[in-house]
Amino acid sequence: MSAATEHHTDDHHDHGPEMTGIKRWLFTTNHKDIGSMYLIFSLIMLFVGGLMALVIRTELGQPGMQFVSPGFYNQMVTMHALIMIFGAVMPAFVGLANWMIPLMVGAPDMALPRMNNWSFWILPAAFTILLATLFVPGGAPAGGWTMYPPLVLQTGDAFPMLIFAVHLMGISSIMGAINIIVTIMNMRAPGMTLLKMPLFVWTWLITAYLLIAVMPVLAGAVTMLLTDQFFGTSFFRAAGGGDPVMFQHIFWFFGHPEVYIMILPAFGIISEIIPTFSRKPLFGYDSMVYATASIAFLSFIVWAHHMFTAGMPLTGQLFFMFTTMLIAVPTGVKVFNWTATMWKGAMTFETPMLFSVAFLFLFTIGGFSGLMLAIVPADFQYHDSYFVVAHFHYVLVPGAIFAIIAGVYYWLPKWTGHMYNETLGKAHFWLTTFFVNLTFFPMHFLGLAGMPRRIPDYATQFADFNFIATVGAFGFGLSQLLFVYIIVACARGGKKATAEVWDNPKGLEWTVPSPAPHHTFDEAPVVK
Amino acid sequence: MKMQKILLGALVTLLPSGAALADWELNMREGVTAISRDIHGLHMLIFYVCCAIAVFVFGWMILALVLHRKSRGVEPAQFSHSTKAEIIWTLIPVLILVGMAVPATQTMLDIEDDRNPDITIKATAYQWKWQYEYIDEEVSFYSNLARTSNDARRLDSGIDPTTVENYLLEVDNHVIVPVDKKVRVLITSNDVLHAWWMPDFGIKKDAIPGYINQVWFRAEEPGIYRGQCAELCGQDHGFMPIVVEVLAQDEFDARMAALQAEQGVGSAQFADNTASAE
Repeated sequence: MSAATEHHTDDHHDHGPEMTGIKRWLFTTNHKDIGSMYLIFSLIMLFVGGLMALVIRTELGQPGMQFVSPGFYNQMVTMHALIMIFGAVMPAFVGLANWMIPLMVGAPDMALPRMNNWSFWILPAAFTILLATLFVPGGAPAGGWTMYPPLVLQTGDAFPMLIFAVHLMGISSIMGAINIIVTIMNMRAPGMTLLKMPLFVWTWLITAYLLIAVMPVLAGAVTMLLTDQFFGTSFFRAAGGGDPVMFQHIFWFFGHPEVYIMILPAFGIISEIIPTFSRKPLFGYDSMVYATASIAFLSFIVWAHHMFTAGMPLTGQLFFMFTTMLIAVPTGVKVFNWTATMWKGAMTFETPMLFSVAFLFLFTIGGFSGLMLAIVPADFQYHDSYFVVAHFHYVLVPGAIFAIIAGVYYWLPKWTGHMYNETLGKAHFWLTTFFVNLTFFPMHFLGLAGMPRRIPDYATQFADFNFIATVGAFGFGLSQLLFVYIIVACARGGKKATAEVWDNPKGLEWTVPSPAPHHTFDEAPVVK
Repeated sequence: MKMQKILLGALVTLLPSGAALADWELNMREGVTAISRDIHGLHMLIFYVCCAIAVFVFGWMILALVLHRKSRGVEPAQFSHSTKAEIIWTLIPVLILVGMAVPATQTMLDIEDDRNPDITIKATAYQWKWQYEYIDEEVSFYSNLARTSNDARRLDSGIDPTTVENYLLEVDNHVIVPVDKKVRVLITSNDVLHAWWMPDFGIKKDAIPGYINQVWFRAEEPGIYRGQCAELCGQDHGFMPIVVEVLAQDEFDARMAALQAEQGVGSAQFADNTASAE
């Protein structure tokens, strides 16, 4: 990618980056450079977290303990989740936001460019600390990414490092969110009213508010863990009059909006891609915006559905069951609107569209299992079983990650100035889609048959589906090497991309040349 | 579904030997209590509702994908909203949800009806075992992973788990309960969070230090039922199973009397026994 950008600077000496070499990247305040760094960082983290997933799947390939100790297995489970959530999915969305939001609203850059630099460069520091925990006495955190006390308090030297890393990630996210809100609110091109903004901008605006609302809650929760451990407080220690369940309430008050932080921008990406390849405007733009806002609101009043088995008054369980079921309504509206967008269009199936269509099908499957999980009595059976693992991987992998991949293919020609290899892109799509289902679909059966999650070994009746899931996981992991190859090849060369790239796509980002010059919209465009 | 079976069939041939003997369990079990059957019924109800919605939504999508592609030479329509359609696909899901919420709420009310238990057992979780105390019978014991499983589950133990009977689902001391009696289980923990999960009874409840959670069941068929800890509780989370033996009343009485005699219930020895157990 950097090669491509440098190539283009030759053509625009006056507009190129001010510094060269490593300094350019360390001190850059350019939204495109920072967006690229976010995306590359998240791709690296995807592979780091993916390797950990493969350690997990290798051990689970057959019954009995063959490769790792149960303690190390738990470290892998915990780190895999933390890295994928905070290191892969969230930074990928922030990277896409950095690249695309200024281009979509016709702004020359993000509103707070220096803070933008800082919010990125905190991340490598945070993940260096987090990954370093693998090498300290006691090993990496092994209490699950949910960090439930009292178990998390049994973490060794990694404990304060975990807390510090989470704080850094939180600070980075909050700064990123502030930047996005300020940019969208103040730097839109003349004529671009709120209800003319592209859906990706809308979903990110709402996501950014969610981030500002809940990241401090997480920071508070982990700080209380820290003081419980080192300063003699008893927020969560039953022996000192504290309450371990309170942590779960605080954590999930962050955690449930966090789930939507990881899916709303995905909704935005899909809402950009489907109209382009259907050659038809997005169906129900207004209701898409309202549905996104409703989902965001509901995300604040459903948190205890993660804790139905913790013991709660009947009325509490019913309240959280009803609110959770209610989320199906705006989510359904979105799925119907996307389908109605495709209906009577003239569709073609380039790689971004393929991933978007797969998103539509597979995210909906994740939505169905989510609806099932909302039913409290049934949740007593599903909770903490592999059914839950299947559910959240369906919404996160063929949900969030498919949308990110779709977005990368969609905008890659705009970033690099070259078309990616369509044949390889389609091969990547079919491999990924086949293996993602091979990995995660059997997990539904495992959970229903009674296999608990987060266990390193299992009773022999679970052997067959686990073996299939392991085969799928390796296939999925290897397929992503093809993704890296396609991106690198596209950055280094390939067919020249036009400014429009696709067949008459809508949006300001397609009015600037490909690759997008280092500085765009020095003069604001006017939106009719 | 047919495709899936073919796919699975193809994969079976690749499976390690021995594992191929295991059954392909696909669905939630019905269990042996009225509540577990209600839960299973709810599960199937939601599943079928989801299937019906899937047939409609996926059918619509597939139809669009087949019919409205550029390669067929179609001209794209330019409509972008229909208030009527949007109201319909907001209201119909609401009605479906209400239809699902009603039976779910009824089952919730039944689950929460914990009046008049016949027998009370306190289950205390430890890293990584369970302790069971029969409150009125004054009997208590620990329940650990069975020796055979414990030997086989060591890293590179050299023992093939498929040769171990009830691998990871067997304990040294079973919980015993009488059939057709309302058994109340009080669940707590002595260290970190755990959860008491008995799929055949439709019960899962967290064991939390400082809290006593309560569940109940009335098992209708004698037999041995197996479950596991369901909340991550440290390195041996996967190795603290739960086994409940449901016995006919007379058998239960005999086994309980033997336990009481063994633990010297009613004599001075009992006090020592509890003290050492702590």
